[in-house]
Amino acid sequence: MKPFTELTGVVVPLDRANVDTDQIIPKQYLKSIRRTGFGDNLFDAWRYLDEGRIGLTQNERRINHDFVLNQPRYQGASILLARRNFGCGSSREHAVWALEEYGLRCVIAPSFADIFFNNCFNNGVLPIVLDENIVDDLFREVAAEPGYELHVDLPAQEVVTPSGARFGFDIEPGRKHRLLHGLDDVGITLQQVATIKDFEARHQARQPWLFGALQGD
Amino acid sequence: MAGQTLYDKIWDAHLVMERDDGTGLIYIDRQLLHEVTSPQAFEGLKLAGRKPWRIDANLATPDHNVPTVNREQGIDGIEDETSRIQVVTLDDNCRTYGIRQFDIRDRRQGIVHVVGPEQGATLPGMTIVCGDSHTSTHGAFAALAQGVGTSEVEHVLATQCLVQRKTRNMRIQAHGRLPDGVTAKDLILAIIARLGTAGGTGYTFEYAGEAFEQLSMEGRMTVCNMSIEAGARAGLIAVDDRTIEYLRGRPFAPKGALWEQAEAYWRTLHSDPDAVFDREFEIDAAALEPQVTWGTSPEMGVGVNGLVPDPAGFDEPSRAESARHALTYMDLEPGTPIRSIELDKIFIGSCTNARIEDLRSAAKVVKGRKVAGNIKQALVVPGSGLVRQQAEDEGLAQIFMDAGFEWRAPGCSMCLAMNADRLESGERCASTSNRNFEGRQGHGGRTHLVSPAMAAAAAIAGHFTDVREMLEDA
Ligand code: SF4
Repeated sequence: MKPFTELTGVVVPLDRANVDTDQIIPKQYLKSIRRTGFGDNLFDAWRYLDEGRIGLTQNERRINHDFVLNQPRYQGASILLARRNFGCGSSREHAVWALEEYGLRCVIAPSFADIFFNNCFNNGVLPIVLDENIVDDLFREVAAEPGYELHVDLPAQEVVTPSGARFGFDIEPGRKHRLLHGLDDVGITLQQVATIKDFEARHQARQPWLFGALQGD
Repeated sequence: MAGQTLYDKIWDAHLVMERDDGTGLIYIDRQLLHEVTSPQAFEGLKLAGRKPWRIDANLATPDHNVPTVNREQGIDGIEDETSRIQVVTLDDNCRTYGIRQFDIRDRRQGIVHVVGPEQGATLPGMTIVCGDSHTSTHGAFAALAQGVGTSEVEHVLATQCLVQRKTRNMRIQAHGRLPDGVTAKDLILAIIARLGTAGGTGYTFEYAGEAFEQLSMEGRMTVCNMSIEAGARAGLIAVDDRTIEYLRGRPFAPKGALWEQAEAYWRTLHSDPDAVFDREFEIDAAALEPQVTWGTSPEMGVGVNGLVPDPAGFDEPSRAESARHALTYMDLEPGTPIRSIELDKIFIGSCTNARIEDLRSAAKVVKGRKVAGNIKQALVVPGSGLVRQQAEDEGLAQIFMDAGFEWRAPGCSMCLAMNADRLESGERCASTSNRNFEGRQGHGGRTHLVSPAMAAAAAIAGHFTDVREMLEDA
């Protein structure tokens, strides 16, 4: 996992509430057994006018030039500005893989769906919750100023606008630490092997029927 | 001190340790695996040189990609190569690690959320995860069941634990009994319409009250299944006699003295009378009518005798904007009576509504009638091989086929159209699944979510209609 510390980047605005993970990456791409190869298909049904499938290259597709991601002013964006309940629906982590591979390492929204929010931290993507009013203002500023960039400072937990306004955001300390150092959660949990084994033994003593039932008929 | 909620009890019984940042390490009793969200988890495990922590906690079955025809050919019956590779990859991983799988040829194969309870692999008080958001289904058995991402699938494989922050508690009380012809699906659609798709974010639901008590286990699964559609990762229903009776004798349920011991514990799985919930939500179940969604989010629903709403009447600008988008996509005009909306396809299936009771309730409407001429395709896709078998034994399959429905083999099918079953662009479908998102059932397809009985009624009429009128003349 790539560490995340500070990021200054172009902001692309996606002005829709309740964007679901089926929109972020449609089901046909979920047939892949790899973690990569999803970037060109991020927001596929909005980004292209034709229907995509695994194996088609971008040159073979009909681009929807109206969609924000395709507008010249937002090329190279690394921060996605979104509306509330971003990432709802399916648990597919492919949605985060697609965002990350496209180059979007940070998503700012008034709220996120739970599973998507978790998935972000496991892939070096920072989801930031800011107040609805602040997000409204950011949408206006982005629209008004081509090339609009934000600075995201994870150590300081701040988003800084070009005019110097600073907005603090919350993040769980454990998640912050993992993002800053690009750490994998499994490795951290496995430092607790003894504690887990202890618990497991007590759990089995209390609820023995939970163990072994699936092996053999 | 106030009593504990059901969620608090299950949480406490699985808390391995509290971490410094206030999150908990939660022990996971059961992980369900399917072919779409597990390959990268197994690969991650392998790359790190790790092994699954506890093989016997895992149960696998392919469901999303399997075709619903030509099943006698097994793997070779999967025409799409990428789909086939995914199913074969699950086979390989299960074989490599010795994980129990009901593979594509097994008569017990089916949608993972139908198979778990059916086999007694889902038990009260368990913590259950699956790389699938509808894992909430298993909460009907008072199991804390949650959808997780693929990294978390890998984490649970490797450590048997999940890192999580405790959620808040919301009790959803449904007063009164559902009227005849109004089902568990209508109840949960009505709840989502009122709560909104994000209304439950950060909460675990507990469904309580007469209407839920009256529901069968199948109905309770339908309700819990769609908790995620209101933003809640998990929904719970307390253990009662129905829970116990459903599980008795299931293949993986405990037997003999172990059963007695388990049952005594399971009977404690309810919220204490003095438990305090962070939020209470109430609904009058007796006043509900069958529901139909008109938009592209499960919260965009209305009674069958209602009208497609006018976005101009919404007080919040962002909601109005979403509704306008949705109506454009759905090709609907504000003010259109729901009953006048004509359909192209009918889909009865999915982890929400493909259990035996769902098929019975649809067959009751269909019996002795014919699918309307304007319906291009009407599919019934049972949730598992065992449901399919039972429906055949009960004569339901024949009723569907006589009426002009296609009777298929089990899988997710047109719920998300990863296999060959799908809507073509512009087609309109009455579907018993759980998501009406843009393109969910096929690029450009238009989905209306309904109960099995309502889908059956729509198949017969060719447009939406109040199923209660059909039940009267039956
Ligand atoms: S039936 Fe639909 S919602 Fe259920 S697991 Fe399959 S794809 Fe997901």
